[in-house]
Amino acid sequence: MKRARIRFEDQIHSVQVDGDCSVRLSDGRRLAQEQVQWLPPATGNMFALGLNYADHAAELAFTPPTEPLAFIKSVGTYTGHRQVTWRPDNVAYMHYECELVAVIGKTARNVKRADALDYLAGYTVCNDYAIRDYLENYYRPNLRVKNRDATTPVGPWIVDVADVPDPGNLKLRTWINGELRQEGNTKEMIFDIPYLIEYLSSFMTLQPGDMIATGTPEGLADVVPGDEVVVEVEGVGRLVNRIVSETEFFSVRKEA
Amino acid sequence: MSRTLHDVASGTLFGVALNYQGLLEQHLAAFEQAPYQKPPTKPVLFIKTPNTRNAHGGVVLQPAGERLQPGPALGVVIGQRASRVSLDNAMAHVAGYVVVNEFSLPEDSYYRPAVKAKCRDGFCALGPEVVARDQVTNPNSLDLKLFVNGQLRQENSTANWVRDIPQLIVEISEFMTLHPGDVLITGTPEGRVDVQPGDRVEVEITGVGRLLNTIEAEVLA
Repeated sequence: MKRARIRFEDQIHSVQVDGDCSVRLSDGRRLAQEQVQWLPPATGNMFALGLNYADHAAELAFTPPTEPLAFIKSVGTYTGHRQVTWRPDNVAYMHYECELVAVIGKTARNVKRADALDYLAGYTVCNDYAIRDYLENYYRPNLRVKNRDATTPVGPWIVDVADVPDPGNLKLRTWINGELRQEGNTKEMIFDIPYLIEYLSSFMTLQPGDMIATGTPEGLADVVPGDEVVVEVEGVGRLVNRIVSETEFFSVRKEA
Repeated sequence: MSRTLHDVASGTLFGVALNYQGLLEQHLAAFEQAPYQKPPTKPVLFIKTPNTRNAHGGVVLQPAGERLQPGPALGVVIGQRASRVSLDNAMAHVAGYVVVNEFSLPEDSYYRPAVKAKCRDGFCALGPEVVARDQVTNPNSLDLKLFVNGQLRQENSTANWVRDIPQLIVEISEFMTLHPGDVLITGTPEGRVDVQPGDRVEVEITGVGRLLNTIEAEVLA
């Protein structure tokens, strides 16, 4: 089953998603995907992994890490399916990152790898955009690169754990304006989801709604205003986002 | 946590590292070298996750085999949504102040995000209460004191900030909206000390309050 959060007529609803991407409200009404505003399906903290694919680490000229490199995102950076993300004016390189996301379903502390999947609510997809111009070597990747307003699309929905029998073998793909630009497979992950849950929960408590974004494979490219960027994780979801200019984003937001 | 504090400061906890001149100066030579290459040009920020929240009077657990260090800091509680605000108008977005003890394991490097050092359960005490903005006449001249078992162990002044509150709000809100209830932890000065199980740790900030926590050893289940 797929579950999403949407806004419809100024109300936020938890909905079920059907095969044709229509959604069903709790009162039984069915709405087409174009009729609703898709919201991030979870709103906890996100633990995002850097350099968690060997090929991507090589692409960035890093040796693969021996311990997970996790950084944290807060709720303001999330946006939903079919929303927009802004590219700052006067930057040279903004790239997408297609990632499988594990969503925590119950409080997790000192969880062992073998039990880790019991603590999941399910899986979703994110596009962990980065503005590389703003990288500094302090708490890298720093918040100015990775925690910008509306710069982490998440969704469209959460898929049940049982519906993804092998999260360790899923194709990841990114298209810009319909052209395939990134392709990888979760089997290339350095630290898999059970390992990451064991690692994080060994020193802190994970809460329901927290998310673990598991990193991206090689194949990054620049995106510019007007681009439609689609990230897809096989069997989980296809997340659509459009890039707008800084001016357009903030002029629209002021009116809202 | 007092009810008022819980209601007013319930948002995201954003920390600012290296925001005391003395601390930055200690590291400047190293910051010219690898892996840093050059000193930071923008505020060095981190997030204290919600599991780190702790209250006045609360127990902080020292993880087994680790050194634990308190982090006396002034917390700025946001009162109004702040996106791309100007320097002149920045303080209008502040609701008030709270004493923060931003506990951490020692940091021997600032290169990678300090999740393991800073995001442990109970590692961010706030309290005893939020003091309204207008009750603090000059936030740029507050004494911070850390007492361990009644002894003064660390002392500094917000006069030594690298960036003051308006400057931080301007630079942060340029890319990320601050929401009512978010707390900006304006930095811990140089000279962090180790504390041990059994210690009573207090942070006092002139006109804002005195925040007490006690340390216990973590017992693994």
